[in-house]
Amino acid sequence: MPRIVVDVMPKPEILDPQGKAIAGALPRIGLTGFTAVRQGKRFELTVDGDVTDEVLEQARHAATTLLSNPVIEDVTRVEVLEEDAQ
Amino acid sequence: MTAETTSRKFNIDTVAHAEATPDQALPWAELGLKENEYRRVEEILGRRPTGAELAMYSVMWSEHCSYKSSKVHLRQFGEKVTDAMKEHLLVGIGENAGVVDIGDGWAVTFKVESHNHPSFVEPYQGAATGVGGIVRDIISMGARPVAVMDPLRFGAIDHPDTARLVHGIVAGIGGYGNSLGLPNIGGEVVFDSVYQGNPLVNALAVGVLRHEDIRLANASGAGNRVVLFGARTGGDGIGGASVLASESFDSTKPSKRPAVQVGDPFAEKVLIECCLELFKASVVEGIQDLGAAGISCATSELASNGDGGMHVELTNVLLRDPSLTPGEILMSESQERMMAVVTPENVAAFEAIMDKWAVEYSWLGEVTDTGRLIIEWAGEKIVDVDPRTVAHEGPVYERPYHRPTWLDGVQADAFTTSSAGVERPADLREAVLELMASPNMCAKDWVTDQYDRYVQGNTALAMPDDAGVVRVDEETGLGVAISTDANGRYSYLDPYEGARLALAEAYRNVATSGAAPLAVTDCLNFGSPEDPEVMWQFAETVRGLADACQELGVPVTGGNVSLYNQTGGVAIHPTPVVGVLGVFDDVARRTPSGWREDGQAVYLLGTTADELDGSEWANLRGHLGGRPPALDLTAEKTLAAILVNCSRDGMIDAAHDLSEGGLAAGLSEMALRFDVGARIGLDELCERDGIDAFTALFSESQARAVVSVPRSEEVRFNDMCTARNFPTMRIGVVDTENRALDVQGYFTLPLDVLREAHEGTLPKHFS
Amino acid sequence: MTSSPVETPLIGGPQPLAPADAASPLDGVSVGVVTFPGTLDDRDAARAVRLAGGSAVQLWHGDHDLQGVDAVIIPGGFSYGDYLRAGAISRFAPLMEQITAAASGGADALPVLGICNGFQVLTEAHLLPGSMIKNESLHFLCRDQRLRVENAGTFWTSEYAEGEELVIPLKNQDGQFVADNRTLDELEGEGRVVFRYVGGNPNGSRRDIAGISNAAGNVVGLMPHPEHAVEAGFGPDSSARGAVDLRGGTDGLGIFTSVLKKLVG
Repeated sequence: MPRIVVDVMPKPEILDPQGKAIAGALPRIGLTGFTAVRQGKRFELTVDGDVTDEVLEQARHAATTLLSNPVIEDVTRVEVLEEDAQ
Repeated sequence: MTAETTSRKFNIDTVAHAEATPDQALPWAELGLKENEYRRVEEILGRRPTGAELAMYSVMWSEHCSYKSSKVHLRQFGEKVTDAMKEHLLVGIGENAGVVDIGDGWAVTFKVESHNHPSFVEPYQGAATGVGGIVRDIISMGARPVAVMDPLRFGAIDHPDTARLVHGIVAGIGGYGNSLGLPNIGGEVVFDSVYQGNPLVNALAVGVLRHEDIRLANASGAGNRVVLFGARTGGDGIGGASVLASESFDSTKPSKRPAVQVGDPFAEKVLIECCLELFKASVVEGIQDLGAAGISCATSELASNGDGGMHVELTNVLLRDPSLTPGEILMSESQERMMAVVTPENVAAFEAIMDKWAVEYSWLGEVTDTGRLIIEWAGEKIVDVDPRTVAHEGPVYERPYHRPTWLDGVQADAFTTSSAGVERPADLREAVLELMASPNMCAKDWVTDQYDRYVQGNTALAMPDDAGVVRVDEETGLGVAISTDANGRYSYLDPYEGARLALAEAYRNVATSGAAPLAVTDCLNFGSPEDPEVMWQFAETVRGLADACQELGVPVTGGNVSLYNQTGGVAIHPTPVVGVLGVFDDVARRTPSGWREDGQAVYLLGTTADELDGSEWANLRGHLGGRPPALDLTAEKTLAAILVNCSRDGMIDAAHDLSEGGLAAGLSEMALRFDVGARIGLDELCERDGIDAFTALFSESQARAVVSVPRSEEVRFNDMCTARNFPTMRIGVVDTENRALDVQGYFTLPLDVLREAHEGTLPKHFS
Repeated sequence: MTSSPVETPLIGGPQPLAPADAASPLDGVSVGVVTFPGTLDDRDAARAVRLAGGSAVQLWHGDHDLQGVDAVIIPGGFSYGDYLRAGAISRFAPLMEQITAAASGGADALPVLGICNGFQVLTEAHLLPGSMIKNESLHFLCRDQRLRVENAGTFWTSEYAEGEELVIPLKNQDGQFVADNRTLDELEGEGRVVFRYVGGNPNGSRRDIAGISNAAGNVVGLMPHPEHAVEAGFGPDSSARGAVDLRGGTDGLGIFTSVLKKLVG
């Protein structure tokens, strides 16, 4: 069954304590090639049947109303998972 | 880590530019200044302000920072303090938090603050950063935070938006406080539709320190260095201030700034340990937390409380968001930041401690004796002000106020004669069950189980006992008790009496736990001060609280005012949350709120009258009118003295104060505390006080408590009450055989039934 | 990050680190208590060691030296905020390398106890199997929890009898122990389930598991906090051993006396 993937990231201007803690840990284990880390969330919505425009619209609605908090988070991706689409 | 200097340069509004362009319009109205206030700024400076100066004055002269509407009233807290009340006061009102001497060289600092509006917008982060802010106030006094508590008020329990707020706010308080390692030892949870669009999230923190470790926020010693440390500065909390984009004449405006502050409890925990290590090593002269108005507040307050001058290079501030303009940097409310003053010889030691804890810092400038706060941006002067005019000499308003015209009608509508109250419930058993299951009287375990009450290993009492108690000195058992209380309905009916009643209840709670009450903090939550009726409620509240503090001999050491808690024209009930701190010589003597030993006598201290106006029972019947219960502070003092002495001399094994819900709630809670029943008789009480059984159970008469007395102590206990001429009556006996609350002649309520009703309400609505 | 000469403020006030009972025959035994940034219950764990009669030694996560301690406790808290996964960042601390090496040392292996966040660190460090995920309720939960000692043969449980029950505080957000069935069967089969929840599983842990050990029995991790049930007046209101005074539960003390006695013996 096809899945729609939704990515949610903290808004760029919002403090991301999780990302900050990880960014601090990387150099301590010897990985110095990165300047910043931001930690987001990924959701996979399994679709019952085909991914119609209507279903995709529902997913977008879910993404902005339930899966993310628009005060502090952005929905950065709502799309059908490629591996399922084939 | 050292400060990064930035090469980026805005086309900034310098002091020279301001002098050269006197007619340039500035967005003072958008920043919340009134025209007369803006003219005053121009008058102070003798020119138009720069964009950065405008930013500073606008945030520091806001209601939140300047107390411009409340100041004229709040003065009473200082004026009505007697020398005797100052005896234990090491630091009074005006500092980040008051400090109280508790003996043996120990001191305690405590304060309650509001974070109401942010918690309505983003419940989790709003409540979390409320805890963070009050804890930083405590740290900046030089103290180790040892406990928190959170008085909360929500809208109707069944309103669709209430669950969002309850879940977010409770999780936010737990998520932040638990991660700091601070036991949460008490608070209140109240539901009332008046708080629907304006939930009240008040946060209290307590800290402990040695007398010699008290630190004040001032910048003294010209040549001493000024350092900003902790989290980087981002655009947090300046959403409304994006008009300041106009201060940069860039064509590209900065991105939208978040109005929401996001908390990082891990960063704050590290900051606590790091600051305590700084204090221990004596490497900081003065320290200031960054809360509302951020760097504007910290620089102007540190400078004006010290030698009067400071020189700062603003490009040295470490930024999370490099697009911030100077004005935004000055206004940012990014969390988990502190500012300190360090002598040049301690710089290396300071940096070593920062490095150990991996805390970022940047040296911003130095203390001067010029009397001016000078802030530069890449060497160009953008602020040149007398810091006192920013921090302390803001506008002061004598707002008009008058007694609401509706109040006479409300006060005339007594419950007992109203249609809601004229018929008393026939089935007292059902009435008790209904009361104990009601949103305000039900068990709050669903909330408090989400808070850590054990961490630090010093918690001697916590919810659901009358007060939270923590040990301060492990050797001697010296410790403190704290309780917070408020009753918005009483204050609605009579704000002067409501404030006094709130103090009396918190005072009584502390004494009930066995501690001697010592000092007060308050968080005054009100509607708009521009409404003369609200302003009257506020004025009456302050007058009542200050008078009652004087009568009880406990000074206000600090607190907070939260205004504009209203939606449209409808304000919340006036809600003065009062916190009282008491001291124990040894916390081992604290008194729990439940009885356990079979055969102990149950006594009621105090007398009961028909006082149901504003009560929980009237509330359940949808009635709010009449006059709040009468208050006799002399009786409260005597009762407190009895309870403290009984605790000290081991005369009682349990004590519970009677307040909301009256004797019915008191007896139910005492039985449920350790799951032990009692047989109670009301006839003698009804006869002595001339009341019926319903009134005996549900009236909210003040200066009352229920205690359980071991048989061997009954004579001594009665002698003490008689000697103090305080009415007392034996109303029953503890019964471990029968797990029920047996009110003889009226009803028997098995504890399992009572518990199910009491504990089921919050899970039913929120699980 | 460099180690500074300034002492870690592990103990807030002027509190002695020496055992509570100066004449204790166990006072020669020293137990290290590790502090990471974000550790919360370090002072409580040190107090528990002291009340059990031993000496507590503060260990800083960034150091490379175990200071010759006879055992180590990794206490509770939210190290590095638990932001990535609980314990995920701490396990890379320099001191953890020392602890991992010493704990895996065969017959003379260092006894190590991980409490709550410490347990999570031990699983991330692969000293113990399995992992912890968010509580089934999704809420932080603080309550007095009943446990059963399933294995009294470890370094940390020898003072208890097998099957004995304890009441100690539980407080966590990510307390649900999970592992694949093969691992769970192995743990059960080898007697490495050390503590099991009784009277209701508080967080959804597989097979009600509250604590486990490694094969040698020197490394033990558990989610509830025995260090908060060691001192009468400041513990739970109840005990599995019968009625106690107000906050008088001290059922957790045996965990600390176990390791001290084992090391002396």
